[in-house]
Amino acid sequence: MRHIPLDERPIRYDRWIDRLPRWLQRFLPKGGGTAKDHHGKGMFGVTVFLLSESVVFLSLIFAYSALKATTADWLPAGVKGPEVSTFVVINTVVLLSSSAVIQLAERAIKKERLTRFRLLWSLTVLMGSYFLVGQAIEWSQAEFGLRTSIGSSAFYVLTGFHGLHVLVGVLLQLTMLGRSLIPHNYDDGHFGINATTLFWHFVDALWVVLFTIIYVW
Amino acid sequence: MTDSTHPLPNDIPQVQMQGWGHYLRFSTDHKVIGVQYLFTTFLFFLMAGLLAMIIRAELLTPASNVVDRPFYNGLFTLHGTMMIFLWVIPSLVGLANYLVPLMIGADDMAFPRLNAIAFWILPPAGLLLVSSFFLPHGSAQAGWWSYPPISLQLPSGQPINGEVFWIVSLFLIGVSSIMGGVNFITTIVWMRAPGMTFFRLPIFVWTVLSAQLLQLFCLPALTGALILLFFDLALGTHFFDPLENGDPIIYQHLFWFYSHPAVYVMALPAFGIFSEIIPAFSRSPLFGYRSVALASFGIAVVSVTVWVHHMFASATPGWMRLLFMASSMLVAVFTGIKVFAWTATVWKSKLHLETPMLFALAGVVMFVFAGITGVMLAAVPFDLHVNNTYFVVGHFHYVVYNTITMAIFAAIYYWFPKITGHLYSEGWGKLHFWLTLVGANLAFFPMHPLGLQGMVRRISSYPPEYQSWNVVASLGGFLLGVSVLPFIANIIVSWMSGLPAPRNPWHATGLEWATTSPPPEKNFDETPVVRRPPYDYGDPKVTVTEGQNS
Repeated sequence: MRHIPLDERPIRYDRWIDRLPRWLQRFLPKGGGTAKDHHGKGMFGVTVFLLSESVVFLSLIFAYSALKATTADWLPAGVKGPEVSTFVVINTVVLLSSSAVIQLAERAIKKERLTRFRLLWSLTVLMGSYFLVGQAIEWSQAEFGLRTSIGSSAFYVLTGFHGLHVLVGVLLQLTMLGRSLIPHNYDDGHFGINATTLFWHFVDALWVVLFTIIYVW
Repeated sequence: MTDSTHPLPNDIPQVQMQGWGHYLRFSTDHKVIGVQYLFTTFLFFLMAGLLAMIIRAELLTPASNVVDRPFYNGLFTLHGTMMIFLWVIPSLVGLANYLVPLMIGADDMAFPRLNAIAFWILPPAGLLLVSSFFLPHGSAQAGWWSYPPISLQLPSGQPINGEVFWIVSLFLIGVSSIMGGVNFITTIVWMRAPGMTFFRLPIFVWTVLSAQLLQLFCLPALTGALILLFFDLALGTHFFDPLENGDPIIYQHLFWFYSHPAVYVMALPAFGIFSEIIPAFSRSPLFGYRSVALASFGIAVVSVTVWVHHMFASATPGWMRLLFMASSMLVAVFTGIKVFAWTATVWKSKLHLETPMLFALAGVVMFVFAGITGVMLAAVPFDLHVNNTYFVVGHFHYVVYNTITMAIFAAIYYWFPKITGHLYSEGWGKLHFWLTLVGANLAFFPMHPLGLQGMVRRISSYPPEYQSWNVVASLGGFLLGVSVLPFIANIIVSWMSGLPAPRNPWHATGLEWATTSPPPEKNFDETPVVRRPPYDYGDPKVTVTEGQNS
């Protein structure tokens, strides 16, 4: 090495990344001009953010579980708590299947089928909004208020914080829908659509966890 | 492209200071944002320092005779909160903002606009916190931990009170930190120049990477705790109220799950600064580069598993105490690797004792002291004995001031020529160093014997037998207040009329020294190509990269 002039040495890259599983390699560029890959950079940032955001939920879930496991009066006697009803199940099924719909919409934009994309994307917006309305109806019909007991407070905080994320997701989707009407909007790729889709999957996956600990447990 | 075997041209820069105006505007240039961070956080440092000096004035005499008790509670609460969340953490973020893109050969951060927004959240959040002093019933008074039920009992009963301000302010700072964390991780992983492999990154970049990972995966726990605390305080729920079946210990778990790793969010970049400065002024390569780099990750991982050592006295079961005692002591292994590496770097080399090196060496020595008291505190029997005494206060001031703040000053001096394009005054710098060294030890060493004697923290009056050490500590505190004056004078005068700085005044390695001082808007005239390992001091042909203009 010592005798090779510096500027004739080969440019090194992180070879250890080659040995990692392929799905992980997507997140680790090997260095060298990757700064121009705006899409990869953006999706990496969104993924990191969602992982971080999931810790907020984890901390709330930890508090919920610890309180539920130890508190004597989780809900006052005679008050009907949140339980699995047809209404809740339909709401859940609609939200979860919207993940499949948004995935189809993302595939449509990849194939540049814009009309199909707008249709499927609007369907996702409708399904997300349906879930939000259903959640509001459930809140208004509940037999307990925010301050009734620890259990009722925890129910409203968890579902409310998740509902806030659903709302943000729907607003993001509406923004993307509006943007899709601008001519030549997708000439430079469709990072916004991919990011919103990932966010939506995140919100749906969270609901599976929350549904389990709130309604099933 | 020049023949890279020639030494670096140490020319005088063509880029002139563009005036102060652009530092007051919304800018997406990471260098401007870095300076904005440093300037803003230094103002908060001065304010929080002023609060500390009122505290020290109160503690000069055993009686509570300077300020009234609620105000005193507000003083130590806001002193701690501001020093941690508005000085140490964000000032290191400012340095990282300035340095990371330069060190990895990028033209900016990955998301420049997000970077600017993250900064501009900070001043209003900080001012919100400070303004709570002027509320009718004063600021938050429950200490920087804001433990319930005290944090729920002390507020005035009005919807707008100091505690609400504290929660909202910390929430905003948290949002800003998450934005910064996403940005740093993405920048370091995606924006490296060709040839800048992970194991060629300067240690400072490694430490920023590990510290920001901690921010991303631990800070949200504090956010969760703040949300629940806000509901308890403002909306009448009882998550943390033991009288209403709530559980305050859950808050403690969530709080320390972030706030212990937060120590490493602060300490890791400080270790990175030591790892940059010590090789440069010893003219020898950093000993054990790979171990030092990986030890940063070791510290980050272990630090997530130690938080309960803050809760040994909170009715924690015995098995938990043992487990967390062991994991807490494990941290010393990884920090030990770093200390040995710095020692070995300095060993038998000719030291150049300029101001940055003085601050760095003193910081390392005092960090060893802080580390020893840290291991002492990790031992359950000893911790239960000195829990909530000044021994703990002394320990963490040796960490956050005598180690980390020393590192921040070292970094400001070291990169001052790069940031401003001017050389600072060495004499004033050394004066600042000696005043700080003497002041810091006078102020914080006496807290250890006081704690061992049993003086409890957060009190404004105390038994007369504690007075002599308290007077020493107070004098040290006032000396620390004086010590920043030569620093301020040096920075202002040198920036306005210091000698012009060459590209590489310290003859250091590292990409940031390969560009002009101050760097042009896009950092490098051409994307640099890295073909050498980091810290290759001692090579007669010290060249960092090729591809710069000569």
